[in-house]
Parts: sequence; structure tokens; C-alpha cells
Amino acid sequence: MFAYIIRRILATIPVMTVVAIFVFGLLYLSPGDPAAIIAGDSATSADIARIHAKLGLDRPFYVQFATWVWALLHGDLGISIFTNLPVLKLIGQRVEPTAALTISTLIISVSVAIPLGVLAAAKAGTWVDRAVMVFAVIGFSVPVFVLAYILIYVFSIEADALPVQGYVSLSEGLRPFLSHLVMPTIALGAVYIALIARITRASMLDVLSQDYIRTAQAKGLSNENVLIVHALRNAAVPIATIIGIGVAVLIGGVVVTETVFAIPGLGRLTVDAILRRDYPIIQGIILIFSGIYVLINLLVDLSYAVLDPRIRY
Amino acid sequence: MAVAPTDFILPAAPAARGPVRTYIRRHPTIVVGGAILALMVAMAIFAPYLGTVDPQALAPVRRLKWPSTTYWFGTDMLGRDVYSRTIYGARVSLTVGIGVAVLAIGIGMTIGLVAGFMRWVDAIVMRVMDGLMSIPAILIAIALMALNRASLQNVIFAITVAEVPRVTRLVRGVVLTLREQPYVEAAVASGTGTIKILWRHIVPNTMAPVLVQGTFIAAGAMITEAILSFIGAGTPPNIPSWGNIMAEGRSLFQVAYYIVLFPGIMLSITVLGINLLGDGLRDALDPRLARRL
Repeated sequence: MFAYIIRRILATIPVMTVVAIFVFGLLYLSPGDPAAIIAGDSATSADIARIHAKLGLDRPFYVQFATWVWALLHGDLGISIFTNLPVLKLIGQRVEPTAALTISTLIISVSVAIPLGVLAAAKAGTWVDRAVMVFAVIGFSVPVFVLAYILIYVFSIEADALPVQGYVSLSEGLRPFLSHLVMPTIALGAVYIALIARITRASMLDVLSQDYIRTAQAKGLSNENVLIVHALRNAAVPIATIIGIGVAVLIGGVVVTETVFAIPGLGRLTVDAILRRDYPIIQGIILIFSGIYVLINLLVDLSYAVLDPRIRY
Repeated sequence: MAVAPTDFILPAAPAARGPVRTYIRRHPTIVVGGAILALMVAMAIFAPYLGTVDPQALAPVRRLKWPSTTYWFGTDMLGRDVYSRTIYGARVSLTVGIGVAVLAIGIGMTIGLVAGFMRWVDAIVMRVMDGLMSIPAILIAIALMALNRASLQNVIFAITVAEVPRVTRLVRGVVLTLREQPYVEAAVASGTGTIKILWRHIVPNTMAPVLVQGTFIAAGAMITEAILSFIGAGTPPNIPSWGNIMAEGRSLFQVAYYIVLFPGIMLSITVLGINLLGDGLRDALDPRLARRL
């Protein structure tokens, strides 16, 4: 077990190396002078020279990469071109709203989706099942921002029940914090709920056709007991996997959700960085988001042993 | 929906049903999804004949008019007809969806076939793909768009790069299982060349899962294009894509929500159609999976 954990942690090194090479190499794969593209159409040659120097573009490729990785390992993500502030500091300022939004979405989605999936599987073939599946397909198809605008229209403009946009920190009170977080969480969570509910249903159906489920029913256990203790426990591994993989969907959705609801988080920082062509910030954000994604999936992998004691490493 | 089964016309004796009728009955999602997609494609092709005007025509006098019999979907802040822009927007979205699906499958399949058949390539390629797959797809597209000038080709290219690893992984997985099949071993034993084995025995067997994956890629690519355009990193603003129309309506949402509403509905319906088609195809092509999902 211990050896497996070490092996699994070491396996993230090549993955993160590829991420780093991609993020760094992009600058050189793009056609033309990256400094000129970043500087924009109205740039003077002095601007371009300044960006050249800032990105270290005048040195050989491997020297640049080694310098960059070395700085990275020391927690230095470079300097923003637009604001001249360290990227890590800019990212640090924006972490809180994004963390609040993604964690609340994660909690709500998982606690809605798994019961939905279990219910659909338990009532397979009935209208309940069909309703859940229809909801899942629609959840996949309605883009985050369309759903976000529908929510804003219904709950903010028509009903005037929730604030249209913005973010209020938890330190300013629980009520305003939650009221600003409700709609972004629903908008962001819809796809994720659809994804998890679908896999939960499929995984449960698989388990429910096993012999030990029939045995459990035959010996007179209650339906709830069979579903939760016998079936859900055994269906847990694929569900944990999709929760981990689905985080990628969440991260993509955060960028959009924060734009629609004017939440000053990492997604908003990304959009601002794109508009200003501030590439060091984009590099930093991709590295951090990918790092979180890899970390979460590492935890999911390690959780298999807890979820299913039959798994031995 | 025009394609709904009309059983009441004929007596419901199973023998009397034609093959088309049986097909609709057995795969309703393929028919409904296919019909929605066909409708959208038709709309995109015949956009100039559907009562549209020039989607770029500016007219400050008639700016921000609410939907009416003259302006079906209203007009935007520059007086452009939202109906015409939305109809023409189908062209952009479908081009991106289909373009990305075809390119990603072409590239992903080639890499996947090579990786599945050559062990030393496999080791390197799959490490690279693992790394790329740990970057959320939208961020890959954003990074590429931040470094390239906004154009439709660059949008298609950026989303394709983000989708290739998943196709590669899928194809490689299929190849690895097929490679152990007796008929492939027999072909190897009888001295058939690698290229011929790939083409004759492997490629046809990857078609079903790849086709299903292709529909989901197309649906995802259309959403990604809209997201990219919406946040200002996608199709150039002079092209009326659904994402662009919605981005323009963003700041006006509280006074003129219809600008965001109509392209949003169109995008959702189109993606829904493609997803239904994909679900149906998967059920039809892989009955083992169909029972589960």
C-alpha cells in the first residue's frame, strides 16, 4: 500500500513535466514573434523589445526553460506584463472567491447527483428514471452561461430574490456570502450533476444485477439497506473516478461563471489576462489549475483502497 | 417534431410496419437528435433565404428594438437584426463543431493507431497525452487563442488540439484489445503487412466508438467555441457566432435580455440534438453499454 502511494505520487512528475513543457513551449510554437503578438497591433518596437527582455526571449530555448522551471520550483511564476506585479501574488489575491465557488459546487453537486443516480437506478425503467436521464441530457447540453442567464432572469430580474452579480466574502456575514453564491453554484454545478448522476446510475445498475444483491434481498433486508449498504458501496469506485475527472469540467465552467456573475476570482483573472494578452498570468493559471486537477485525481486514486477494500496494491 | 412515429394511421400489427418505422421505434433518440441536427444544418445552409437581412447591417435608428413582427428576435445596440445574426450564427457553430470533430478524429486516430501498434512510440506518446489531458480542455484552447490572432481557423485549431488526446486514448485502447484477437494474430502469422492489418482489421473496428466520440466532440466543441467567443478569446467580433452575439448582449442583459436569449436557446437545442444523436448511436452500436447508460 505504502509503496503504491509513493509510486502513484511519483507518477505525477512526468505528467506535470508535460504540462510545464506545454505551457512554456506554446510561446515558441506560435507563428511569428510571440512578443509582437502579446504586445498587440498598436505596439511600438520599444514595447516589443521590453516584452522580449521580460520573457527572456533573447536567450537560447533550453536556458530559458531551465531558468523558468528553476524559478517555478521556487514558487516564482514570473511577472505580469500588464501590472508588473508577481503572478503568484495576483493569483493569491483571487483564490478565495474561486475556492468558495468550486467547493460549494462540489459539495452541492455530489450530494444532489448521487441520490439522483441511486434513485434512477432503483426505479430503472420507470418515469422517475426517465426524468432523471432527461435532466442529465439537458444538463449536458445547456451551456453554463445560458443557464446562468436564465437563473439571473428568473431569480434576480423577475423575482428580485437574489443579487444579480458580485461576490461577498464570508467574513462579511454568512447570509450575503451564500446569497451571492447560490446562482453561480447552480449554474456551474448543472453539468457536473448530470455527469455524476449518469455514472452513478450506470454503476448502480451494474451492481444491482449481481448475485449478492439478490441474496441480500432474499434474506429480507430492507430496500434502503440493500441499495445503500450493498449496492452503493460497491458502485463507489466509478463514481469517485468521475467526480475526479469531472473537476476539469468545473474548472472550465469557473471561467465562464465568474464572467457572467462578475466574481473577482481566478476565472475573471484569466479573462482579463486574455484581453490584455498577459501571457505570464495565463501560464501561471494553467499550471495551478492543472496542478489542482492532478492532485484531486491523485486523491481519488488513493481513495479506491478505502472505498473498496478488495483493491490491494 | 415532424418525425414522430405515426402509428395510428396503420393497424398496429408488427408485420405491417416498414423497416423505417421499426428503426424509429427502436432508436428514437437517433431520429430526434438527427432531425434536430438536420434542421440546424438546413438552417445554416439556407440562411440567406430564411427572411434574413445582412447580419452586419448597422442602423443606429432602430437600435435595441424588442422582438416584434418586423424584428423577430429584436435588434441589438448597433441596430443589427438579432434574428439574422442568430440564423447566420448556426454556420459558425456547425463549422466549428464538425470541423473540430473531423480534425480531432483524423489526427487522434492516426496517433492512436501508431501508438497501439508500436510499443516504443506508445510509451512516449501516451505520457505526452496523459500530461495534456491533465490540462482542462478549455484552458488549452484559451492558451492557444491568447497567442494567436482571432480567426475561425485558429478557433478550430485550438479546440482540436484540446480534443486530440481523448481520441488518441480511445483508439489506442481499442487497438490494444484488437491486437490480441485471434484473427489479427492469424493475419500476422500469414505474413500480412502491418499497414494492411491496420487498414483491414483494426480501423473498421474502431469506427463505432470513434463515431460516437465524434458526436460528443462536436457538441463539446460548439460549447467551447461559444465560451471562447463569450470571454473574448474566440471568433473575431465581426463574425456573428452565437458566442459573440451573447458576449455583445452581456452588458445589456438587464435591459434587453433577448439578445442573449435567442442564440443561447439555439446553441442549447443544437447541442442537445447532437448529444441525443450520440447517445442513440452508442446504444445502437454497442448494445452491451446501452443497457447500462
